Amino acid sequence: MPPANRSSRTGSQTHPGRLLLIMALITAALAVWAFWPGQDNAVRLGLDLRGGTQVILQPKAVQEGATITDDQLAQTVAIIRQRVDGVVVAEAEVTVQGSGEGAAIIVSVPDVSQERLVELVGRTALLDFRPVWSIYGPAPESLDDTANPAPAPTGDDTATSAQIVQAADNTPEYQAEVAALDCLDPINQAGGSPDDPELWLGTCDKDGAAKYSLQPAFIEGTNVTDAVAQLPQQGVGGWVVSLTFDSEGARALATASQELYALPDCAPGGASPCNAFAIVLDGVVVSAPRFNEPIIGGQAQIEGDFTATEAQDLANVLSYGALPVTLDVVEVTSVSPTVGSDQLRAGLIAGAIGALLIVLFLLFYYRVLGVVAVLSLVIAGGLAYMSFVALGKTVGFTLTLAGVAGAIVSIGITADSFIIYYERIRDALREGKTMRQAAEVGWTATRRTLLAADFVTLLAAIVLYIISVGNVKGFAFTLGLITLIDIFVAFLFTYPLTVLVCRSAWMQKATWLTGLRVKGSGRDGGGDAVADDRTTVGVES
Amino acid sequence: MARRASLGDRLYRGESGINFVGRRRTWFIISGILVLISLAALGFRGLNLGVEFQGGAVFSVPNATCSIEGAREATSQTTGEEAIVTETGAGIIRVQTPPVDAAQSQEISRVLADTCGVAATDISVQVVGPTWGAEITSKGIQALIVFLVLVTIFLAIYFEWRFAVAALVALVHDIVLTVGIYAITGLPVTPATLIGFLTILGYSLYDTVVVFDKVKEDTKGITAQSVLSYPEAANRSVNQVLVRSINTTITSLLPVLAIIIVGAGLLGAGTLLDLAVALAVGMFVGVYSSLFIATPVAVLLKMRQPDIKALDTRVAARRSGAGKRAAESQEAAAAAVGVVDSAATGTALGAAERQQPKRQPRSKRGKK
Repeated sequence: MPPANRSSRTGSQTHPGRLLLIMALITAALAVWAFWPGQDNAVRLGLDLRGGTQVILQPKAVQEGATITDDQLAQTVAIIRQRVDGVVVAEAEVTVQGSGEGAAIIVSVPDVSQERLVELVGRTALLDFRPVWSIYGPAPESLDDTANPAPAPTGDDTATSAQIVQAADNTPEYQAEVAALDCLDPINQAGGSPDDPELWLGTCDKDGAAKYSLQPAFIEGTNVTDAVAQLPQQGVGGWVVSLTFDSEGARALATASQELYALPDCAPGGASPCNAFAIVLDGVVVSAPRFNEPIIGGQAQIEGDFTATEAQDLANVLSYGALPVTLDVVEVTSVSPTVGSDQLRAGLIAGAIGALLIVLFLLFYYRVLGVVAVLSLVIAGGLAYMSFVALGKTVGFTLTLAGVAGAIVSIGITADSFIIYYERIRDALREGKTMRQAAEVGWTATRRTLLAADFVTLLAAIVLYIISVGNVKGFAFTLGLITLIDIFVAFLFTYPLTVLVCRSAWMQKATWLTGLRVKGSGRDGGGDAVADDRTTVGVES
Repeated sequence: MARRASLGDRLYRGESGINFVGRRRTWFIISGILVLISLAALGFRGLNLGVEFQGGAVFSVPNATCSIEGAREATSQTTGEEAIVTETGAGIIRVQTPPVDAAQSQEISRVLADTCGVAATDISVQVVGPTWGAEITSKGIQALIVFLVLVTIFLAIYFEWRFAVAALVALVHDIVLTVGIYAITGLPVTPATLIGFLTILGYSLYDTVVVFDKVKEDTKGITAQSVLSYPEAANRSVNQVLVRSINTTITSLLPVLAIIIVGAGLLGAGTLLDLAVALAVGMFVGVYSSLFIATPVAVLLKMRQPDIKALDTRVAARRSGAGKRAAESQEAAAAAVGVVDSAATGTALGAAERQQPKRQPRSKRGKK
């Protein structure tokens, strides 16, 4: 076994050290990304593992045959997020899968009972324009005289969504209720209570800056044909939002603007009615501009000290605010935190037992190479964990139960890479190759098989990810990710390490430790196993 | 174990092994019967579709102190409809009702919490609209079809169309058998099952690719000789990957079995268990089909190819000419194996030398 002809035998085409170095760099980079200090460095768990409620909604166009654009979906998500954030303290997650008619909006919220969430997210948002009657400060007024101390009209303790006050007429009862409305409460700023455009409305500003008493709507959101954010032509002032109305809207706007323009400006405690109209989205006031002049042509411009973002947001609200979309609640799942953690624990225990069994099997069957295999599994596991953390931070990847199962399953698929490789090494040994040659020859054969087989798995993962919905998507993502990791580990870790091990002098002695035992004697120094008749290339099993 | 060659060695040299290709009629008949049983079970019994596919609500009450009858009565009084109540192990009572709205489901949770002495927040609830299941299913089937088309194209390019067809046959075989097992056992089919199922398709194909790759490698340039027929060469390849297939199946099944045992013990029915059962079922079927179905079908198709047909005729003629008509098929195969190895080294062996195949070629083998 003198290492004399090592270089001539295996050549220097392979640089195991170089490959291992690349692997180390990749691992280190991923580790830095995943565990950069000062951030959340744990895997984000899906709802089924930590408990909480998940609602899946499907948007449906209100008008038959109408399509749903991506912008409308984005706006819907924004509205839902605003509603949920008003109520839920912990992080809520609102995501869209797919697009158009087939889209699904998935709302996941920890620790909120299911019926509250369903109520909150399932409602259709409405947009309307109302003349302002009067503006008040945001705090509830203590009612001095009227014998009407009962505060909340639709009252209650659960307060699932914003309180609004509606009445057919501007009655004293209505006024008292509006006065009692607390616009400092974040729930009342979040919206979510659809208002009836035919009725008077008492509601809050979305920032909680003021409280409004509003007359019945003069224009509904569906009358807005276009809204864009732009810089004014003259180039003075901030961003503006330009609105275009359809003919019905233009007529209503002309009438309303002529009436309102003549009125004094609005101010808290000022005149009622006054010169302003409120843009009400989803039950709360988004903006309340005044008329500078009567608007006849159906073209209006909202000025204000808008930043580009504010103007764009407002334009989005106006364009898509009145969602031509209703939301069907198609699935509600609520998992209690105890059950969630039980599931996680069971998954982890199963994973640990499964991994342990595999380690035992690999060590028993492949001995020293089994150690390489186990190390590869550990590396693959580490990479997977770090990817989960890193992707959780960047693209909001959450690990669900299906994902855990996918990960556990892929332990077997990862192990298969080594098994194919080692069996190929064995085949090469049987053909009389030396250990060193076998490691190379075996790899050449393995590489192609691995790439082909992993490609099929990857294809499955990608197709599933693109087409499917819900949990299946998460599973497909995990499967694809782990297949990629498998390829990385096989090429950059298992292969070079195996080559190194097979090159080592003691491995050539073919002790029982190698797990790829070559029986018999009569092998000359270093190279070809020129075997006599009694030599068999044996395998311990 | 000292002198005796191990099983792996004997499989490698073709001294022992399973005649996957030669006895294909047997495997086809076995699989045919299994497929028929599966189809019959599917036709007569149907699948036990989970609530996700039918629409409805499921309430899981952990640590319930109530009886199954108590829970059923309480639920039925609330909804006015019959509820299906089961105990799923680990003290979890599972109540399944027809579709309900949010208010009703809240009411049911409250009633169950009262009846069973648990906090309402501990009850896990799942409400599914009736159309959602159809949606999942149609997306799943859509994904399946796209995947099959793409993978067939890939296999046809990477191997050849005959192998692609054989892989598809094996895949359809796996799907039918797995569905059949679900129909026969009445195991619930949930979205998790569907996920497991789709994984299995990938896994089964993966396995088939590994086997085919070996066959492809070993039969490269096979028409240049006239000693080993195509079916024999293919059979030897399959036997050579047999150890790999067995080991891979063991390593893949170990964690899945761990899930089943832990899942059943700690959790009762749930996503994890559904998934693991689907995987375990599919892995068995997948490995079986890639060995016993995919390769024989591929060989069957290959044998119609003109040059392969010529080769097989040539081999047969040679054998009968050498007066080896009575030879055991296994011996013939073993002999042929030795010869083709030598042929590869450029030392063509005469028919006479095939009388002692087991020693001669091996000694030559090292001298490449």
